[in-house]
Amino acid sequence: MMDFRYILLMRHELLLVLAAIIILIVDLFTSNGKKTNLIKFFLSLFALVMFIGFIPAKSGIIFGGAFHGNPLIGFFKNILNLAVMIIFLQSDGYLRKSENSGKVGEFFVLIILTLVGMDFMISSGDFLTFFIGLETASIPIAGLVAFDRYKRRSAEAGVKLILLSAISSGILLFGLSLIYGATGSIYFSDIAEHITASPLIILGFIFFVSGMGFKISLVPFHLWTADVYEGAPMNITAYLSVVSKGAAAFIFTIIIYKVFKNITGIWETALYTLSILTMTVGNLFALRQDNIKRFLAFSSIAQAGFILLGIMGTGSLGMGSLVYFILIYVFSNLGAFGVASAIYNESGVESISGYNGLYSTNPRLSLVMMLSLFSLAGIPPVAGFFGKFFLFTSAGSQGYFILILIAVLNATVSLYYYLGVVRAMFINKNDNPVPSFRSSNTMRISLLLCGAGLLFIGFVGGIFEYILSISHTLF
Amino acid sequence: MIDFSYTILIPLIPFVVFLITGLLGMKWKPLVSGIIGTIGMGISFVLSLFAAYQYFFVTVADGYHAIIPVNMLWLSFTDTLQIYMGILLDPISVMMLVVVTTVSFMVHIYSLGYMKGEKGFQRFYAFLSLFTFSMLGVVVSTNIFQMYIFWELVGVCSFLLIGFYYDKPSAVAAAKKAFIVTRFADLGFLVGILLLSYFTGTFDFDKLTQPGTSLFAGIAGVSFLGLSGISWAMVLIFMGAAGKSAMFPLHIWLPDAMEGPTPVSALIHAATMVVAGVFLVARLFPIYHFQTPGVLVFIGYVGGFTSLFAAVIAITQNDIKRVLAYSTLSQIGYMMVALGVSGYGGEQGLGFMASMFHLFTHAMFKALLFLGAGSIIHSVHSNLMKDMGGLRKYMPVTHFTFLIASLAISGIPPFSGFFSKDEILAAAFQSNKFLFYVEYITAGITSFYIFRLYFNIFWGKDTKYKHIPHEAPLNMAIPLIVLALGAAFSGFIPFHNLVTSNMKPFAIETNFLIALPSVAIGLLGIAVAWVLYKKENDLSGKIVKRMGVLYTATFHKFYIDEIYLFVTKTIIFNYIARPIAWFDHNVVDAFMIGIGTMSMKFSYKIKRLQSGELQQYAFVFVAGALVLGLSLLYFFGSH
Repeated sequence: MMDFRYILLMRHELLLVLAAIIILIVDLFTSNGKKTNLIKFFLSLFALVMFIGFIPAKSGIIFGGAFHGNPLIGFFKNILNLAVMIIFLQSDGYLRKSENSGKVGEFFVLIILTLVGMDFMISSGDFLTFFIGLETASIPIAGLVAFDRYKRRSAEAGVKLILLSAISSGILLFGLSLIYGATGSIYFSDIAEHITASPLIILGFIFFVSGMGFKISLVPFHLWTADVYEGAPMNITAYLSVVSKGAAAFIFTIIIYKVFKNITGIWETALYTLSILTMTVGNLFALRQDNIKRFLAFSSIAQAGFILLGIMGTGSLGMGSLVYFILIYVFSNLGAFGVASAIYNESGVESISGYNGLYSTNPRLSLVMMLSLFSLAGIPPVAGFFGKFFLFTSAGSQGYFILILIAVLNATVSLYYYLGVVRAMFINKNDNPVPSFRSSNTMRISLLLCGAGLLFIGFVGGIFEYILSISHTLF
Repeated sequence: MIDFSYTILIPLIPFVVFLITGLLGMKWKPLVSGIIGTIGMGISFVLSLFAAYQYFFVTVADGYHAIIPVNMLWLSFTDTLQIYMGILLDPISVMMLVVVTTVSFMVHIYSLGYMKGEKGFQRFYAFLSLFTFSMLGVVVSTNIFQMYIFWELVGVCSFLLIGFYYDKPSAVAAAKKAFIVTRFADLGFLVGILLLSYFTGTFDFDKLTQPGTSLFAGIAGVSFLGLSGISWAMVLIFMGAAGKSAMFPLHIWLPDAMEGPTPVSALIHAATMVVAGVFLVARLFPIYHFQTPGVLVFIGYVGGFTSLFAAVIAITQNDIKRVLAYSTLSQIGYMMVALGVSGYGGEQGLGFMASMFHLFTHAMFKALLFLGAGSIIHSVHSNLMKDMGGLRKYMPVTHFTFLIASLAISGIPPFSGFFSKDEILAAAFQSNKFLFYVEYITAGITSFYIFRLYFNIFWGKDTKYKHIPHEAPLNMAIPLIVLALGAAFSGFIPFHNLVTSNMKPFAIETNFLIALPSVAIGLLGIAVAWVLYKKENDLSGKIVKRMGVLYTATFHKFYIDEIYLFVTKTIIFNYIARPIAWFDHNVVDAFMIGIGTMSMKFSYKIKRLQSGELQQYAFVFVAGALVLGLSLLYFFGSH
């Protein structure tokens, strides 16, 4: 019996599905030439979905334990909605290009459907729901990556993603079946009681980590990242690097904490290693990139290493710092991608050297970009510093000071390339820089949102306190 | 009890000024921003003086107490670990308020003349206000976390101001170098803060610095690589201090930072930001003294080495700002030495008092030297000593004030430097003879290099100038005169009654056994400089020839920069980053490039290449999973 409580618990998913259906129908009845007029309507529709999602709801478990809802999960879904909203706002210019104007509906529907998958994934209480959610989220993404289907790189990136994604899902599923074989259950709570350090479970666990490592782009499961990020349209790259990665990291943490809590020693060792590998390799690759998308791809790999560091903290501090970091990461990364996208749509410039002298022509865009990069680099008082600081504190609470030291060293190295972009924009000379232009209103709103978030989140102490308090509900 | 909550205005006014001039300044005439900034700074300055008066002379009962007039809860981790943001008034922070606002106010006035007509005049004033705000924030912080935030903000401002002439590549490089070196040092600071707070459960200075507190019981027991946890924490925190205060071997950024406008050098790189490290050590002094005396000794030696080393390099520099930069390094070394040899409480705390005293007097005379140098550069349009000479005839005010500052730094009575340096030497003499001799010799070198500078600029050869040099305009001359008064007379301030390690006054007496030789060596340095440089002659050239290799090594700053470059550029960049980038470029990108260049004829091959790439990706993926799995099985699978 599906009573009102069920509906309230699944409000995010239901609303998104509803929105997707509405968009499909409206899109069907609009001729190709007029579809760009729908963008505003779709944006408002999604904004409505987002705002309704803010309604608080109680915790609950439905469908016999397959679907969990609690304030933390609800909060995280709101973060995802917000991120997608920002991405939609930034996609306006891209969708108005003549080659995309017929595909407006698809763009919105595909993204919303992946979001539905992610929402199910992070609410899951068993491995079946988890896996179905994961796949629902993955398959439309391949379509989105290949959205510029007449561009070779985009099509190719789509194919690469779907093939590698299939391999990773296969391995993940194999790992899950091993765990099922060893424990006889697919429910998180049942498995947690039967987890021992038997070889079967260790192997199953590692395959699970590898599969998730693919989504979060942990080294050595990251090789797809640079190619796919570079080939995909800018806004989809932003989506991959923020929403997709954030959701995967979130459920990964929940499963690690809940299901594998009995073999803490093992996953701590695994994560310790992966964390160091990921941030170091990501950083070293990022040092020499000139393509802004590739640059941000590697930088986002390095950031994933920091996320793992926070997970090491265990308990509500680990969870809270992770969610807080991702919240800030949404603003920082989308700020950077938004500016890159505005510039790309206007002038086709995609290289960092092409940003030389940007400040002289587009000072506001340059400022948002600078704030975002400072935030990614973790320079106080921009929000990113606080995000990193809490991750470090979380790891510090378990005494991982060597790991923190390596992380801080990495953060210092990362400063080199983040400042490189800032230098290009503010200091390097250029005889014909990107000409001065006025970006669309929606883009401006999104960038204003990002900039304000970056400046103020760190100073509103209540946000972290709130996240920490709802993180307790998980345990 | 006096209500001190008005002191929050002292940092807040510059911040508001920054917002106003930063956001609206572009729309006004340049001068408006300058005037708003200067007036705002003037109000802060007056408020600071008033606060200092109230704090030092009105509240006095039995010594001074730390007062926290404003404290707001900002972030709360747990019920016990909370971060506040507020204002802490105690003798050292009140003294620093005076130092920062005085020098900043003078620099604001001075820059009205010096920066006149420069592109980005408004930007300059906006950054100057932001810097002053952040520096005041560092000074009044109630806890180490708040300090860290402002500490980094100060670094950002320094970056922006060093790179002010952004069309000059050397300025940009210098800005970046300063930022990255100090950030590197700050990584130690941050880890130190985390360690300290994790074990003690607090960030607050007033809890941490209680003598005899039991907070450190937990951390003292932990040890790692032969050092206790608390020693690690304090060494790491000192690393941050050493970065900002440019202690060897993190000093490399300061001389290059002279690429910034001269008023900036005076404010940030002489009087305020670079002494933040000294301030930090002084702030945490009770912890250093009671918990980690070994680290304190280490700090003393780092300071001692830096002071001697930098003084030697200063002799050889030809750019007048660089001479002053190395001189700053050397003088900060003195302050660190004084902290390093200090005890706690009463006369034991002589070093602490001397360090703060020297910080104060140094701020006056060094800011004056820089502003004087700025006035000279402004009129000669060169930084190099060879372009100067005989300027005393053209610039009497600059000449006279510069002379006072030179005498002060040389430790000639009755100028301020004499008193503070004498106390440092006395403190060193009591507890560490070796450091005493190092500092004693350095005192001689100091007076030699500063008078080499003085004679070369104002005496020496009669240079033929294309434009007749002119005296500084009034708005530049007034700050010179005000600071000259400070440099001349601030030595008479009874610091031993005001700023002491345990906030209680103690009595000092002049030890003539130390004072007389130190004056003597100062005079000797001046005399040697007089012989070598007063009149144009080739005596110094002859000496240089005879010193040969030694001189060359010193002139190249002992090749420290080259060693750094070798390690960072050659090793890390060539042997780590480049191969990896090569891998990325040639293995990962090869396919992408292939698409663009190969024609349709080879499409079959490209397809094969493509599948090869994917296989490679998949191979790495699976291999990674297996290696990880097998190694975990190896380590954990036995049970």
